Amino acid sequence: MRELLQIIFDALSLGSLYALGALGIALIFGVMRLVNFAHGDFIAFCVFAMLWPSIDAAAVVFAGQLPFYLLIPLLLLTGAALSILSEIVVFRRFRNTNPATMMIASFALGFVIRHLLLMLFSSRPKSITLWPSLGLPVEFLGAHIPMLQVVTIIITLAVLVILVLFLKRTRYGLEMRAAADNFTMARMLGVRANGVILLAFAISGMLAAAIGLILATNSGTADIGMGANVMLIAFIATVIGGLGSIPGAVAAGFLIGAASVVFQATLPHDARVFRDAFVYGAVIVVLLVRPQGLFAPKSAKQRV
Amino acid sequence: MSQRPSVIRQTIITPIVLIVALLIMAALSYQFGSRAFNRTVVEMFINIMVVVGLYVFVGNSGLLSFGHISFMCLGAYMTAWLTIPPVMKSITLKGLPAWLLHAQLPMWVATPISGIFAALFALIVGRVIMRLSGIAASIATFGLLGVINNVYSNWDSVTGGQGSIVGIPPTMNVWTGWIGGAVAIAIAYLYSISRSGLALRATRDEAVAASASGIDIVRERLIAFVVSAFIIGLAGALYAHFLSIVNPGAFYLRTTFITLSMLVVGGMYSLSGAVSGVVAISVLIELFRDLEKGISIGGHTVGLPNGAQEIAIGIITIVILMYLPSGLTRNREFSWRRWPLQRRLARPVQTALKELH
Repeated sequence: MRELLQIIFDALSLGSLYALGALGIALIFGVMRLVNFAHGDFIAFCVFAMLWPSIDAAAVVFAGQLPFYLLIPLLLLTGAALSILSEIVVFRRFRNTNPATMMIASFALGFVIRHLLLMLFSSRPKSITLWPSLGLPVEFLGAHIPMLQVVTIIITLAVLVILVLFLKRTRYGLEMRAAADNFTMARMLGVRANGVILLAFAISGMLAAAIGLILATNSGTADIGMGANVMLIAFIATVIGGLGSIPGAVAAGFLIGAASVVFQATLPHDARVFRDAFVYGAVIVVLLVRPQGLFAPKSAKQRV
Repeated sequence: MSQRPSVIRQTIITPIVLIVALLIMAALSYQFGSRAFNRTVVEMFINIMVVVGLYVFVGNSGLLSFGHISFMCLGAYMTAWLTIPPVMKSITLKGLPAWLLHAQLPMWVATPISGIFAALFALIVGRVIMRLSGIAASIATFGLLGVINNVYSNWDSVTGGQGSIVGIPPTMNVWTGWIGGAVAIAIAYLYSISRSGLALRATRDEAVAASASGIDIVRERLIAFVVSAFIIGLAGALYAHFLSIVNPGAFYLRTTFITLSMLVVGGMYSLSGAVSGVVAISVLIELFRDLEKGISIGGHTVGLPNGAQEIAIGIITIVILMYLPSGLTRNREFSWRRWPLQRRLARPVQTALKELH
């Protein structure tokens, strides 16, 4: 029972991280059919925004010292600003090109951001301590669950609820859903393309900042490549969930997180190092069974 | 005279131009280049093989593949197993089967075997993955990359795990590199004028009409997948000989994206695009590497800060794609007629029925 509970919490917290990532990718994909490979580097950028640029081994914590009620909004703003800036400077010019070109452009942008961080901070991982009290375990039905896992899950649920309310109850949310469904038609009915796309990028950037905060608190280090893994799994989750489906992306994010944790717990010891191979293998199997994704919207179905 | 000119006569000039251009580069660097420069040129030839291999699948089928670098990994490790002296293998790679452990083949035998190994693997997984289309196929190839990388990074007794395997004979020079590039271009050309290549491009441009005309999309895609895996397997083998060490980290995301960028920058639907993308990016890398080292002006060395190379290349890639979204060659092929860049092998046509992805 206790172990089961531990596994459930592991799965939920890892899944939360993937779900937040998948959400950030799905929102942008929905409005402009762009798979944003720079998302992982947005995450890393937000983490490093807490440090003062220096190539010394010891991190010079800068914004990271602020109290949380200032730090969190500041980082969310940083993420949103970076994301919006990349839309205006780069992605705006790629609106009508084919998906491969857009994908490579986003990858090139991520490459630039990563190497900018490398230049400013060097490749050494830096330790960064945010809220050490969150690392303490809490007791829950006899299981010791790190506080951070609980917080992560709660934050994710809160973000999801807010986002659902936003998408379903507000005018901008409606516009965004309309744009994701059929962009041309939405524009004809008076949705402003630039507005909706900028909004999607802003939310996506804030989600990247949230992931960055959780990762930094969890690992206690700032590492250039820290966003890449989340980005990859999130990307896979958006496809498995059904491209263009926001709830699908979230569900698939949780599913992949759960699959990783369950494989980790149930595989025989020798096979445990091959966990990722099993996860990717499972992804291929899911795609073979449902190529359009698990929760594909009806409009995305191929006619041929 | 009313007979239609053959496809070969119309298009043969493209591979000849490309191969001769590479020969000139090889000769020039052999004659005038420093040792370090020669190594850069060899690396460029290997990248040409990889990107041409990618073109065979991506360019002809229109599906983006993230998985082809895993074939490079398969080829490189196969070469390592076949060419490292048995004495060294018995220490580092204890888990190899006995026949492989005691084998030591010369490069010109081991390289084709590595290519065939990658192609066979592609045949097996391709039968499954090629049933998918659009972005699902891309993600499935990505899954393939993840599986191969994970297995090769952790199967310590056979692949040496995360560490490097050393001891592959370093037999690469610009001439072997050129031969590799030329073979890759020749295979890619022959495939793209073959019946299967034409059929596959038809499915790329108009899937519905193609399958209505009796083209078996899955079969044609599978053929292209296997051919491209063979070329990239060869490239992996030569890469192993080039570095004389192999390491699973070299065959993962970074290489995947850099080679894809080269293909897209050159023009992903043309063979000339594949080659010129590699040449363009390689020239840029070399140029900025020199700038980073510094240029002396009036006794002072003015250099770019470290890391500026990658940033500049990223920015230039974005700018090229902004102004030439279909690549430097705009998906055309080199030819003599109205030289250069006037002929097209094929241009995708926008139609309403095209699958959305």
